[in-house]
Amino acid sequence: MVHMCTVTPISLTVGANRIIPTIAIPYPLGDPKLTKEEEKVLRRKLVEKALKALETEVDGQTVFED
Amino acid sequence: MGKVRIVHYINQFFAGIGGEEKADYKPEVREGVVGPGMEFNKKFGDDAEIVATIICGDSYFNENLDEAKAEVIEMVKKYNPDLFIAGPAFNAGRYGVACGAIAEAVEEELKIPVLSGMYIENPGADMFKSSVYIVSTKNSAAGMRHAVKTMAPLALKLAKGEAIGAPDAEGYIPRGIRKNYFAEKRGAQRAVEMLIKKLKGETYITEYPMPDFDRVEPNPAVKDITKAKIALVTSGGVVPKGNPDHIEASSASKYGKYSIAGVDDLTEETYETAHGGYDPIYCNQDSDRVLPVDVLRDLEKEGKIGKLHDFFYTTTGNGTGVKISKSFAETFSKELVADGVDAVVLTST
Amino acid sequence: MHLELGNIFINDVQFGSQTKVENKTLYVNKEELITLISEDEHLKSVDVELAKPGESIRITPVKDVIEPRVKVAGSGGIFPGVLTKVDTVGAGRTHVLKGAAVVTTGKVVGFQEGIIDMTGTGAEYTPFSKLNNVVLICQPVDDIKPHDHERALRMAGLKAAEYFGKAGKDIEPDEVLSFETLPLLKSIEKYPKLPKVAYVQMLQSQGLLHDTYVYGVDAKQTLPTLIKPTELMDGAIISGNCVSACDKNTTYHHLNNPIVQDLFKQHGKEINFVGVIITNENVFLADKQRSSNWTADLAEYLGVEGVVVSQEGFGNPDTDLIMNCKKIEEKGIKTVIVTDEYAGRNGASQSLADADPKADAVVTGGNANEVIKLPPMEKIIGDLSIVNTIAGGFDGSVQKDGSLVVELQTITGATNELGFNKLTAKGF
Repeated sequence: MVHMCTVTPISLTVGANRIIPTIAIPYPLGDPKLTKEEEKVLRRKLVEKALKALETEVDGQTVFED
Repeated sequence: MGKVRIVHYINQFFAGIGGEEKADYKPEVREGVVGPGMEFNKKFGDDAEIVATIICGDSYFNENLDEAKAEVIEMVKKYNPDLFIAGPAFNAGRYGVACGAIAEAVEEELKIPVLSGMYIENPGADMFKSSVYIVSTKNSAAGMRHAVKTMAPLALKLAKGEAIGAPDAEGYIPRGIRKNYFAEKRGAQRAVEMLIKKLKGETYITEYPMPDFDRVEPNPAVKDITKAKIALVTSGGVVPKGNPDHIEASSASKYGKYSIAGVDDLTEETYETAHGGYDPIYCNQDSDRVLPVDVLRDLEKEGKIGKLHDFFYTTTGNGTGVKISKSFAETFSKELVADGVDAVVLTST
Repeated sequence: MHLELGNIFINDVQFGSQTKVENKTLYVNKEELITLISEDEHLKSVDVELAKPGESIRITPVKDVIEPRVKVAGSGGIFPGVLTKVDTVGAGRTHVLKGAAVVTTGKVVGFQEGIIDMTGTGAEYTPFSKLNNVVLICQPVDDIKPHDHERALRMAGLKAAEYFGKAGKDIEPDEVLSFETLPLLKSIEKYPKLPKVAYVQMLQSQGLLHDTYVYGVDAKQTLPTLIKPTELMDGAIISGNCVSACDKNTTYHHLNNPIVQDLFKQHGKEINFVGVIITNENVFLADKQRSSNWTADLAEYLGVEGVVVSQEGFGNPDTDLIMNCKKIEEKGIKTVIVTDEYAGRNGASQSLADADPKADAVVTGGNANEVIKLPPMEKIIGDLSIVNTIAGGFDGSVQKDGSLVVELQTITGATNELGFNKLTAKGF
């Protein structure tokens, strides 16, 4: 499992092992300031990062920063 | 209420049958008291009586858990007791686990109060303290009289259905159950007084001791993501428009499972959030911002992932307790495994 | 900075031909009040009801509660930057209609609005059951946007509180309390031997229905800063309506911040209360990091030895609370944090979303998930049907006979995180 969330400290506290930091609490995978197209590009990048994390071996809790 | 009827559970050692070599002893029931039961009966006086004692080997119990539980419950049932006592187990690990497990099972099946006693570091204490009243004992059988002295009055209270006081007053290991009450002073005054004590280096008692959170071993990496079936799960409350299952805005009592077969994009007309803990405007405009169905669908079409699972699971994480969240996940992760899902993307707001 | 608070005790509220205070009674000219509040083009209709302690009345959905106050001497006016110019307040003299409040209700804006019962079990949990309330029922125009709706209600409540406050301007108060905050260096000179203490107030700033305003500025667009405690008493901080009702800080709470009051009570005796640091609870992680760094730095810069930190709301703000606590403790400053709990309906779950061993001095306002039954009331002000869907309500919360089965979460102010109440929780 990969956990995509904004407040990574909570994710660490509750024990997720693969963590992807996201944009903001009300829109983790978007940004209303962008156009729809730009927003989808942003979302795709985040999801691809999550998939990459799933393919990565980890030996403990890991936050996948850039 | 007449004399309280009690059934007592002990292991082969306390029954005087033998030590480790007799640990595979099968459950046996005897009328009246055996071993430590005598000490209990002395303390109970005319208020209560141990009517039967069940003896079971620790290895037998732990290695044949379901069978042993069923056998013991049948034996207890016959005596129609008002209360069930297991142990005390002191620091004996397998005995402690057996006491906790059988006490929990008896309470659940026969709906009668149960009580056990253990040393705080007994693994059984940690495993069962939230479901069973476990009196905190010394670490060896030398503490028997001391243990019985605390257990007997608590046993009577439990049997009579009287209110149970705080852990420190009654002598049981805190169960981690938070209960509200009205203090004498308002919170602000308590805070200021606590700070003054802390500044002076005096002792003070925190009103909420920090918990230890669970940890799990990470799963191995997904070998080939282009072949993997990926499922989406969210605590952000994304639901089909209208929230058909009425998932609560906060403190959810349930989760939803909804099909996204054939759905390429979550739109303002079709999906929304039930979550009451954040500004819902953005998610209501476009729920892909919380649950990225559109992008995963594209990736599926491009062959970058094997398949996007036909169902997503959702609840509102807002004010929803860790325990109930765990129980949701225990149920739906079995379904996910059965459906051949290889990996989960969990999104949170 | 020196402020005198003149409390005018109010024991009763009645409709009358003129809005005035006489013999501890607040008289309300209903038509005049309705005309004033109806000026807002976002409101379609306005009505006024009275709710007194002990009456069989349930008010829901409650948005805000505000205490009537008026500046009698000193610069600025009540609710600076919102109703009056952004002059600095907190000095001179302010009159308070103690025992009276304005409560706003009307069509529900979001999930987070609350319940006030004036009698029965519910009344024990909300401090507002003890007040003589003037309830404004404001219905918005059709198709109003949520943000405009919230704002219209917020302004209606503040305007009404200011309107009633003016009625106390020339009344001789029943008691006068005095509060003073000296410049930091003078304060240290005056009490050289007492430990210096500050109050860190976290302001809810997560977006619609979760906002707070400081001198009219949305707190999410602010950096942590210093403010004098007496400024709070003049309405420098106001509520932007809601969060779960039980742990929102209403404007009433901000005006009567109990931590400020109780720190003042020990000021010059056990501690030297030097001031207030306000910070926010934003939705971006970077904001949380920046604000908590800044807060800890300000505490260190002030040279305080101890702080009380209060929270507003729950969930991700638990992280702001823990970050603030941890970073301040790491500066060698002793902390006490004030929060509440979401331990599940059976009380067996973990209470906070975040935790740290450094948070070893916690005061709790109780478990907001506890389920309670509220008896039916003879009169409903507002709309009962929304109770099934507000935070802390569930399918079936509204029973056939009008009684409610709800979590404490739904009751306005029940588990307040400024330590306003006596309610707390304990491990069993």
